[in-house]
Amino acid sequence: MEKILTHTGIGVPLRQSNVDTDQIIPAVYLKRITRTGFEDALFAGWRRDENFILNKEPFNAGSVLVAGPDFGTGSSREHAVWALKDYGFKAVISARFADIFRGNSGKQGLVAAEVAQSDIELIWKELENNPGTTVSVDLESRTVQCGSISAPFQIDDYTRWRLMEGLDDIGLTLQQEDAITAYEATRPLYKPKTLPAKTAG
Amino acid sequence: MSVMQSPQTLAEKVWNAHVVRHGEGNGEARQPDLIYIDLHLLHEVTSPQAFEGLRLAGRQLRRPDLTIATEDHNTPTLEIDKPIADLTSRTQIETLRENCKEFGVRLHSLGDKEQGIVHVVGPQLGLTQPGMTVVCGDSHTSTHGAFGALAFGIGTSEVEHVMATQSLSLKPFKTMAINVEGTLKPAVTAKDIILAVIAKIGTGGGQGYVLEYRGSAIRSLSMDARMTICNMSIEAGARAGMIAPDETTFEYVKGRPHAPQGEDWDAAVANWNTLHSDEGASFDAEVFLNADELESFVTWGTNPGQGVSLSQSVPSPEDYEDENDRKACERALTYMGLTGGTPMKDIRVDTVFLGSCTNSRMEDLRAAAEVVKGKVKDPNVRMIVVPGSARVRLEAEAEGLDQIFKDFGAEWRFAGCSMCLGMNPDQLDEGERCASTSNRNFEGRQGKGGRTHLVSPLVAAATAVRGTLSSPSDLANTPAAV
Repeated sequence: MEKILTHTGIGVPLRQSNVDTDQIIPAVYLKRITRTGFEDALFAGWRRDENFILNKEPFNAGSVLVAGPDFGTGSSREHAVWALKDYGFKAVISARFADIFRGNSGKQGLVAAEVAQSDIELIWKELENNPGTTVSVDLESRTVQCGSISAPFQIDDYTRWRLMEGLDDIGLTLQQEDAITAYEATRPLYKPKTLPAKTAG
Repeated sequence: MSVMQSPQTLAEKVWNAHVVRHGEGNGEARQPDLIYIDLHLLHEVTSPQAFEGLRLAGRQLRRPDLTIATEDHNTPTLEIDKPIADLTSRTQIETLRENCKEFGVRLHSLGDKEQGIVHVVGPQLGLTQPGMTVVCGDSHTSTHGAFGALAFGIGTSEVEHVMATQSLSLKPFKTMAINVEGTLKPAVTAKDIILAVIAKIGTGGGQGYVLEYRGSAIRSLSMDARMTICNMSIEAGARAGMIAPDETTFEYVKGRPHAPQGEDWDAAVANWNTLHSDEGASFDAEVFLNADELESFVTWGTNPGQGVSLSQSVPSPEDYEDENDRKACERALTYMGLTGGTPMKDIRVDTVFLGSCTNSRMEDLRAAAEVVKGKVKDPNVRMIVVPGSARVRLEAEAEGLDQIFKDFGAEWRFAGCSMCLGMNPDQLDEGERCASTSNRNFEGRQGKGGRTHLVSPLVAAATAVRGTLSSPSDLANTPAAV
């Protein structure tokens, strides 16, 4: 994973709460078996509306999405994060993220920055009044900057560290393989196994 | 560790029994724990990129014997003996088959008696048991929490992580007690309880929490009903939902293909009997609901928190003080084609969908069949019945439920996720309105422009008779079939 310390790009105001992952990427696009190439699928339903923010310049070149609370609710599909990344987004700002979406973002190097709704309202106004204004997301200082607005954001220490170091989760865990093997030796015998397969006939 | 001395919640007990390694540090700076995973469920949609990741890194699947796969999201519910018509769906299914073969994963394919929705299949095989950790690349994995398992949905990167390590790095979840005391009125079901819970705490209310459903109303529920409740924990934003195991749970598990036997059974039950929140255990949050007052609950909007009692009316934007809520209501009403103040029971539907991992088990089918038996379907409504698994379908047919549905005029389909998310051909048309026993009423979820009202199986069945959102009690004067 690429290291991220700070990112600056055009901010996109998305004045909507409860943006669920079915909106971020409709299920019909989940049939693909690749991990990239989902840029066309991002907000596919909403993009059919020519007034949708990503159909307008300069927002179509945005890389920091500023959304309402409860972003990424619903389905666990990591495709939502892939689609945002493939489109060009490096960070999403919201007052509240759904847990699974937040976790998926951290794994894929998309910064999910939790900013107070009062600050988001200010950023929305700035971006709407001055389209094309950039938003900076700085992991080192945990602040977002937009015009004259500077606001702190929350991100958990572990995710921040991994993003800044660009670390691969699986590689980290495999360093604990002895501990995993030792744990396995203590598992009760009654715990079920899927193999050999048993069925009711 | 001194964790055994203070009273613990159910979630904490299961968590502590699966810690491979405690994270270093304290408080906010504490690193995640490494948690062992007892059962990993796979399906065709969220696994291909994870298998590919393993292959590219030259890594092995660590525990094929704790892994099981089924085909559900994409599968057709008609003519399942023919090749899947949609080419991308077919490729995804074929990719799963190839991956399972290469990595030695047990797979129940379309046509197999154990095929079905992944969250129906696990419990039915007896693979879901109390006190386990269960994960799947699907947010409705919370279903398995009905057994007192800690079960939650994960993303594809985490799927790959579990494949390679049989573990996950996780920060402990907070705990929330959902206390539901009292007795449900007739025709009020588990679905109504959970829809009421979500409306109460909101779609973000459970974020960061494991919900534990407790109280006399929960204890009196069957396993099928408990699964319905835990299933929709994610719709309140929660990571997982749990119910402490009891005799109802043991009775359900006993004798299933993968249930422990003999001495193992006794050892298992001895352990399972310890799986409850201790007296005095403290929760990070607590919610109370009076079961006596609950009525049939339905949604009017485009998220599962936008629900009201069936006897109430569609809310108006002016009913909300918060500006964002007002806008969300306006937007939802526009999408749903509804006007504030309309009685819910006046809303006419085009389609009734009985199915999904929320409500497709035997109890759900029996309840709906009981309502429609001997009745005539509204001629303008189509009703689709999709059993949760091939096994459920067979059992239902053995009881003659298929015939009741067919006589009523409903379509009797093969098992899968079907119209819950419309990845297969079972979709709503633009503007079509559906009373659905599924779990999500998001914009376009059941098909582009489709409008979804989430309902219980009983309301679904009564609605198919009258054509408008209805409860079984509204059917008293409905003419019987000739």
